[in-house]
Amino acid sequence: MPTLQNLRRGGRFRIPGDRAMPFYLFLSLLLFSTGAYYLGRKRAFAVSGGQIRNLHSLPSFYGSYTALWCILPALIVFALWVTLQPGIIVDLVVADLPPELHNLAPDRLNLVVNDLKNLVSGNFVSSTPDPAMLAAADHYRNLRTIGNAALWVVVLTLATLGIAYAWRTISPTFRARNRVEQVVNLFLIASSTIAIFTTLGIILSVAFESILFFQKVPITEFLFGLQWSPQTAMRADQTGSSGAFGSVPLFAGTLLISGIAMLIAVPIGLMSALFLSEYATPKFRAFAKPTLEVLAGIPTVVYGFFAALTVAPFIREIGTAMGLHVASESALAAGLVMGIMIIPFVSSLSDDVINAVPQSMRDGSYALGATKSETITRVLLPAALPGIVGSILLAVSRAIGETMIVVMAAGLSANLTANPLEAVTTVTVQIVTLLTGDQEFDSPKTLAAFALGLMLFVVTLILNIIALHVVRKYREQYE
Amino acid sequence: MNKPTSAASAPAILNRDIKTIVNAGLKRRHAAETRFRWYGLIAVSLGLLFVVLMFGNIISKGYPAFWQTYIQLPIKFDPAVIDPQGSRDPKTLESADYAALVRAGMRQMFPKVEGRLELRALYGLVSSNAALELQSRVLQNPALIGAEQEIWLLASADVDTLVKGNIDRSLDETERPIKDNQVGWVDKLKAAGKIEKQFNTILFSSGDSREPEMAGIRGALMGSFYTLLVTFLLSFPIGVATAVYLEEFAPKNRWTDIIEVNINNLAAVPSIVFGLLGLAVFINFFGLPRSAPLVGGLVLSLMTLPVIIIAGRAALTSVPPSIREAALGMGASKLQMVGHHVLPLAMPGMLTGSIIGMARALGESAPLLMIGMVAFIVDVPKGLMDPATVLPVQVYLWSDLPERAFVERTSAAIMVLLAFMILMNGLAILLRKRFERRW
Repeated sequence: MPTLQNLRRGGRFRIPGDRAMPFYLFLSLLLFSTGAYYLGRKRAFAVSGGQIRNLHSLPSFYGSYTALWCILPALIVFALWVTLQPGIIVDLVVADLPPELHNLAPDRLNLVVNDLKNLVSGNFVSSTPDPAMLAAADHYRNLRTIGNAALWVVVLTLATLGIAYAWRTISPTFRARNRVEQVVNLFLIASSTIAIFTTLGIILSVAFESILFFQKVPITEFLFGLQWSPQTAMRADQTGSSGAFGSVPLFAGTLLISGIAMLIAVPIGLMSALFLSEYATPKFRAFAKPTLEVLAGIPTVVYGFFAALTVAPFIREIGTAMGLHVASESALAAGLVMGIMIIPFVSSLSDDVINAVPQSMRDGSYALGATKSETITRVLLPAALPGIVGSILLAVSRAIGETMIVVMAAGLSANLTANPLEAVTTVTVQIVTLLTGDQEFDSPKTLAAFALGLMLFVVTLILNIIALHVVRKYREQYE
Repeated sequence: MNKPTSAASAPAILNRDIKTIVNAGLKRRHAAETRFRWYGLIAVSLGLLFVVLMFGNIISKGYPAFWQTYIQLPIKFDPAVIDPQGSRDPKTLESADYAALVRAGMRQMFPKVEGRLELRALYGLVSSNAALELQSRVLQNPALIGAEQEIWLLASADVDTLVKGNIDRSLDETERPIKDNQVGWVDKLKAAGKIEKQFNTILFSSGDSREPEMAGIRGALMGSFYTLLVTFLLSFPIGVATAVYLEEFAPKNRWTDIIEVNINNLAAVPSIVFGLLGLAVFINFFGLPRSAPLVGGLVLSLMTLPVIIIAGRAALTSVPPSIREAALGMGASKLQMVGHHVLPLAMPGMLTGSIIGMARALGESAPLLMIGMVAFIVDVPKGLMDPATVLPVQVYLWSDLPERAFVERTSAAIMVLLAFMILMNGLAILLRKRFERRW
């Protein structure tokens, strides 16, 4: 029986000072650069001979210039050091291990290194540590202490050198503002490229693993296969050991659930947008519109909980009362709740679109004697149709990519069916089940998740591009 | 445009004809109008009904979780059990068998209960947390040893569920988690006023646990806090910088067009794909630890970035050009113009956008599943590198557990989550109302 003490502490403890070290160093760097700012400013006053108008830039720019010289080089070295240090230390320690440990096969050596790290951080170790390991751990700790001390010295020296350099360059004719603005400009440009790098990162990471996957499983099987059972067996002679990776049932399931969701969301969303913009009093609109939008702010995991614990049992009960067989994880429950989630999405997008239709078109229709509903169905909707289609496409892409609702309320087994009362699985559910828990990065099972991710990304991207294009074209039409 | 009408010779007749035709159809058309109106009203009402239904469902399930059942027991801090040597050594005090004290208290309440199975059922009424509670009391105040006190101790989850009326007593004994003899004891305790519902502080003060009565959301709350801290620290400066660059500095060329389209598309990429990115890049490539708030924050900041950029650009465009021209006219450099005049004026709008983005990040769970923030973690995380989970993922984890008491706690966690989201959105609205200027 574990002792109370262990229960309480979760059975582990750490040396606190060591982990917070980079943080304190960073803090002192910030302090240093604040000091550098004032130093630089003071220096600028000094070289100006008391006349600020002798200076090329405002004194604060000289301060910023000094601060930048203080912090930037030091930060770069700091970042490099922190990323490289652990690897170097491990190499040094391994090189010093006694030969019988040193000459182990690489994967065994990895285990030893892991044990060593655990030993160093004071965690439980898989076996009782032998003296060689204890010595190595001591060695590791020593090296780390030395490394950390050296880091402090190097970084703070660099910061001081930076200040000294800036101090020397400051003169009344020195163009400090231009230099500082250059740096800021660089930062702005670098920031704006992050979005590009994110997209690139998504494409590369997903595509790379997918290529590995398609080397193991032919792409035609993945795209057109009707069987999905990714559980590869432990032994080759087990039945069904090969694993099947046909993604058609997953996409069929995704489409079924998204279809149900759209059947709920499009009529309700569109009709409420029409009602709120054409019929409702301003007072009612001011109350109902934000209330409906609350639905968009609720986290998806809450919808999932609602679907799994309230809607699914409810549907099952009704079904059994009517003598139907309803699976406890029916596609209907997940689709229904997903539809509720998407209502505000459809309604607020179509609201924008409907409001963009010029008032003169409505007035013209009324002048001809049309009723309000006739104006809406014969004039407004045809005029707004491209925009509405665009917003529906966006909603579809949202439904396809939605994860938590289906993870919590849809099934796991890949059934190829169009019956909404049965359990189906979706692309996102499979990605989550394949990637949570233990994983090795070379099994087709894990790689399959990335291939599915690639498909998901491509499909939603195409939908989004079409939708954004349509919506934009449509807006231009009436502007 | 005037067409020469062939029936011009008989305008009166035509007029009458049109009138009758129109009048004949009028009833039908007005009926259609009313119908259409009703469809719209029904649609809006359905939408509003769903809002009420969701909140009603969650709140009605979750509010009982804010109270927890306690049992009052006479506890004798027996020196022979706690500290037989009388050394008062903290180590001895810490490792003493406090569960025995609780058992003794139970026996004292029900002296007639005998037999191994019966006794075990009796001891099962009290949570295993009770021993921890006694331990901390003794450690705080060693003078307690030898004294006898009436102490409120945490009841087990099954007792809690029974007291809250969520166990059907008419069911057969074998189908209930709590047996007939236990129900009898609970009723006796209740009659004696020894059972009480107190405000559930454990929910807010402890981490996850396998025992429903001891499980809390503090770990998840701290995890969410650290994750959002990283998200905000990264996405806000970068987002603002990108918005400023694209809106104020960037030349209008192909490259900035690409960036713009790219940002709009990123905003619509499914969140789970960001999780795949995080797994492949941050964990596999850069070797950052799994389950760490740092990685969660990195992934979420990539997701929040487009939201902040789009909101930031909207805020910047709403600042009138006259402000810019005036600043430039006074001799400010372009950067000074932005930094001293445009940015401060656009800041409320940018902050509003970022808070809304952060609220969305707070509710996000799918990408965090990918990077391993779904582990069962008892310890409250103390930093960016500690394994942690976040509030929505905690909801997901608990919703999988079968015990009724966990359903209650899940709903309570959802209520806390929603409260934070409402708070953040309210703050955003307040900010907009207070500081937004119409030009």
